[in-house]
Amino acid sequence: MKITLTINKHAQTVDVDPRVSLLDALRGELGLTGSKKGCDHGQCGACTVLVNGRRINSCLSLAVMHDGDEVTTVEGLANGELSPLQAAFVEHDGFQCGFCTPGQLCSATGMLGELEDGWPSHASDSLEGGYELTEEELSERMSGNLCRCSCYPGINAAIRQAAEKDGAA
Amino acid sequence: MKPFDYVRAEDPAAARKAAATAGATFISGGTNLLDLMKLEVMAPDTLVDISRLPLDGIEDHEGGLRIGATVTNSDLAADMRVRRVYPILSRALLAGASGQLRNKATTGGNLLQRTRCPYFYDTDTPCNKRTPGEGCAALGGETRNHAILGTSDHCIALHPSDMAVAMRALGAQVEVEAADGTTKLHEMDDFYRLPGDTPHIETVLQPGDLITAVRLPAPQGDRQVYRKVRDRASYAFALVSVGAVIRMEQGRIAHAGVAFGGLGTKPWRDPEVDALLTGNAPSRELFDEAADTLLRGAKAQDGTEFKLPLARRVLRATLEEATQ
Repeated sequence: MKITLTINKHAQTVDVDPRVSLLDALRGELGLTGSKKGCDHGQCGACTVLVNGRRINSCLSLAVMHDGDEVTTVEGLANGELSPLQAAFVEHDGFQCGFCTPGQLCSATGMLGELEDGWPSHASDSLEGGYELTEEELSERMSGNLCRCSCYPGINAAIRQAAEKDGAA
Repeated sequence: MKPFDYVRAEDPAAARKAAATAGATFISGGTNLLDLMKLEVMAPDTLVDISRLPLDGIEDHEGGLRIGATVTNSDLAADMRVRRVYPILSRALLAGASGQLRNKATTGGNLLQRTRCPYFYDTDTPCNKRTPGEGCAALGGETRNHAILGTSDHCIALHPSDMAVAMRALGAQVEVEAADGTTKLHEMDDFYRLPGDTPHIETVLQPGDLITAVRLPAPQGDRQVYRKVRDRASYAFALVSVGAVIRMEQGRIAHAGVAFGGLGTKPWRDPEVDALLTGNAPSRELFDEAADTLLRGAKAQDGTEFKLPLARRVLRATLEEATQ
């Protein structure tokens, strides 16, 4: 099936078997190998991309279901220079092997948007809004991204720095 | 993954028609279905994509809310009306899955998600739910995330939803458009079937039936608590969860709607538990009696024995919080 995706602001048409996941289309058909295949079952978060601004597991979604959608992958986060979040990951050493990093970056970008929109989380005391990115909130909101090197202190420090610059925390 | 035909439905009528053929199934969020298709636990011949149908609204309806079937778990949990009037539903949704999954998973799909019994997932072991009549490897096997209520000699698979527990406590209805175009309303209490000797049949839905919405009545209690106990602090299924919708009048429980996750082969609610609580003043003895009532027919395996005392404690803690 022919589908058109707007990936990192460029419209691209690909011909895919209906069985192909969005992740496999990005990596195999379009050569965007930043998004990683970790578990391929939605448990690790390494495949996280933004679709129409929202973070999702691209391994658990069929490419054919995204015809016309806007997709942002880790390759699209930098705009000439690293995004504040990416720069913060470098500054705080938010990785070791780096395999989970594209998913962490896309997930955190989406998560900061959710925070800005006032979405509650399981860690929120109140459902009324006004959330700050405490350690508990951050860990809860990023629980869909695993880091096997366990670089969570650096990852969390980077996300918090980006959030403060963003005015979201 | 086995090959399938992909059909994007243009409207609900076309979706129902496409799905009425043998081997067809609806897909919207797909977070559970695609996982099962990769493992070939499920192998539909046709996928009918309903994700772009206009079923993604949350509307005021007869003093309550009508939640479209394709509203995502994220949007539902963040909706201000849900947060203020049905906080148990926001809490249950936020206690489930991860941020990424909640952004994709839908209301209708959450209701129809399959069990996470490891033997259901492992096609090398027998499973009556996957292949009727094959046997059950969970009985006598490794158990932990399994049911102790509503089980049969054929299946002890747990219904994993948090959302559905809150909806049962709230007395929700499932709105369905049948293949012939008529609209049916199923009480949540009647929507799921016990496994019996047909554990592969999980709900009252017929081929071609399309869930269009879940309707919530005006809440019957303003004290709403959802408490979930699990193996890790986030992103894990419930070992035991309790959702309580309580109204207090003059120190007594005037309304009790208590539902349970992590215990039943379907999202569990026991009218005798609600009846026992109603009209009485809250006390430790009353809550213990409620636990006795809840667990009177429980059948635990070696690996799920711990759920008996755990259910008692979580019920007590939930009711203490809801009635204090």
